[in-house]
Amino acid sequence: MDTPHRAFSLGRIGAITTNTLTELTRQKVFYILLIFALVLIGSSVFMARFSFQQEFQILKDVSLGAMSIFSSLLAILATARLIPQDVEDRTVYTILAKPVPRFEYLLGKLFGVLLLLAISIALMSAMFIAVLYTREHSVLNETMRQMSSAPREEVDDALNAVRAAGLNIDILAGVAVIYLKACLLAALTLFVSTFATTNIFTVVVMVFVYFIGHLQATAREYWLEQQSVSWIARAFLAIIALIFPDLQAFNLVDEIVAGVAIPLALFAKTALLGIFYTVIYTLAATFVFYGKEL
Amino acid sequence: MSRVLFAFAMLLVFGVMKLPAERAVSLQHRQLHFEDVELNLDLREKMGQLGFIAALSGFRAMVADFLFIEAHVAWEQTEWGRVLFLFRQVTTLQPHVPLFWDMAAWHMAWNASAAAMNDTSQPRLALRVKAQREYFALGKDFLERGIKNNPDKPQLYEALARLYRDKFDDHTRASESYAKAAALRGAPSYDKRFSAYELSYCEGREREAYERLRALYDEGKKERLPTLIKRLKLLEDKLNVPLDQRIPDELR
Repeated sequence: MDTPHRAFSLGRIGAITTNTLTELTRQKVFYILLIFALVLIGSSVFMARFSFQQEFQILKDVSLGAMSIFSSLLAILATARLIPQDVEDRTVYTILAKPVPRFEYLLGKLFGVLLLLAISIALMSAMFIAVLYTREHSVLNETMRQMSSAPREEVDDALNAVRAAGLNIDILAGVAVIYLKACLLAALTLFVSTFATTNIFTVVVMVFVYFIGHLQATAREYWLEQQSVSWIARAFLAIIALIFPDLQAFNLVDEIVAGVAIPLALFAKTALLGIFYTVIYTLAATFVFYGKEL
Repeated sequence: MSRVLFAFAMLLVFGVMKLPAERAVSLQHRQLHFEDVELNLDLREKMGQLGFIAALSGFRAMVADFLFIEAHVAWEQTEWGRVLFLFRQVTTLQPHVPLFWDMAAWHMAWNASAAAMNDTSQPRLALRVKAQREYFALGKDFLERGIKNNPDKPQLYEALARLYRDKFDDHTRASESYAKAAALRGAPSYDKRFSAYELSYCEGREREAYERLRALYDEGKKERLPTLIKRLKLLEDKLNVPLDQRIPDELR
């Protein structure tokens, strides 16, 4: 007896997710990670001329900055080609000819990218933590050797200074925020790609969105607080503030590296904001994709 | 097409819903002074279009590091004007990194000032001294602004104390700065001791210095370091402390 067709199936979404992930890994995107590793190790060697505080500061800034760039790029480039590629390969027709709802297809595709982003960020984080941990331990050993005859208290102060400049648990919160930012960019790219005619168009639009997103907070505050500007300018600012995401809210990494403790409430609010944006842009993408003629 | 327009209308509606959350996050950023960075036209002129765009796009820390490395190169080439110029940009971009303020002050007050004093192209001593003092003042300015941006970081108070002690010969202010550092969370244990040492050099405050040093001495063996004992003995002599109240002579 045939099993009844279900309106929503995690199994079907899982199959599309796995397939998307396999396709994306075949696109050699993982070579980016190799370049990242080389840059990281290269910069680490170069920084041997600095003091340990300078070295750790630059290592953390460069590594987390590189993670942010690569994850954002990966999110935009990998998502931009999902639908156009499936249309070109005619895979989309094969899938949608089966009893697979369009939102399941889109969700499967998006989850594939999100999984790829999670794996990439996990690998980059592991590499970054390994380099930082190794350098920190090497500096700790060197300090202990150099201060072997110093009083215990001075040695402890020196070791605490090295530990304070080195690996810190807050960095993981920074990495999580980088991932959330990449997720929202992927969802927004998916939305743009549902009505874009080429993936070049999607990528170009997303580059502009990226820059505008970082200025959205300024536009929003100007719109809400400045009453003296003309109504045209206010309407323009309102559209920017309402449609675009506030990407500046996700730049917690600079402060984390500077040693500022991020309150849990702020991290939670930022995470919720990231999830909200991702869900909304995915819903908008699904809505447009339902009306798309294939 | 109508679906796309409808989707955008939907985003506008959701945009109204997200506004309070966005403003709450932004407000918290402001409360934590995350948005103290002044990315203005003046900075854009200094760092160029590309650097400015990068700084606006969430790569502020990386741009600051790049400029910091440039400043390091400028220091190696003893281009002091450029070192100052670059450190001003670095500290504008990353005002919450005490290391950058500390390094900027150190380059100005120690390195550039020494170079100015040994400048063979300037035969007049008075002008060399003037240039040296200007660099001391620049170092002090970096540290004071750094403290304003990072009032909870002991590292900058310590650097200011060293500057007062070594460059301005102002032991009172050095002692105050060490005391401020010692009062902060995460301060090294020596800050309290150093504050008392500096006070022991201040004319007219010997009694206060003696009491603080004696209190540290009474804390136990870990505080009984050679400098502390030496300063304590000097003050005992200076203040004519009764013999039975003095620290044992074998430590003299």
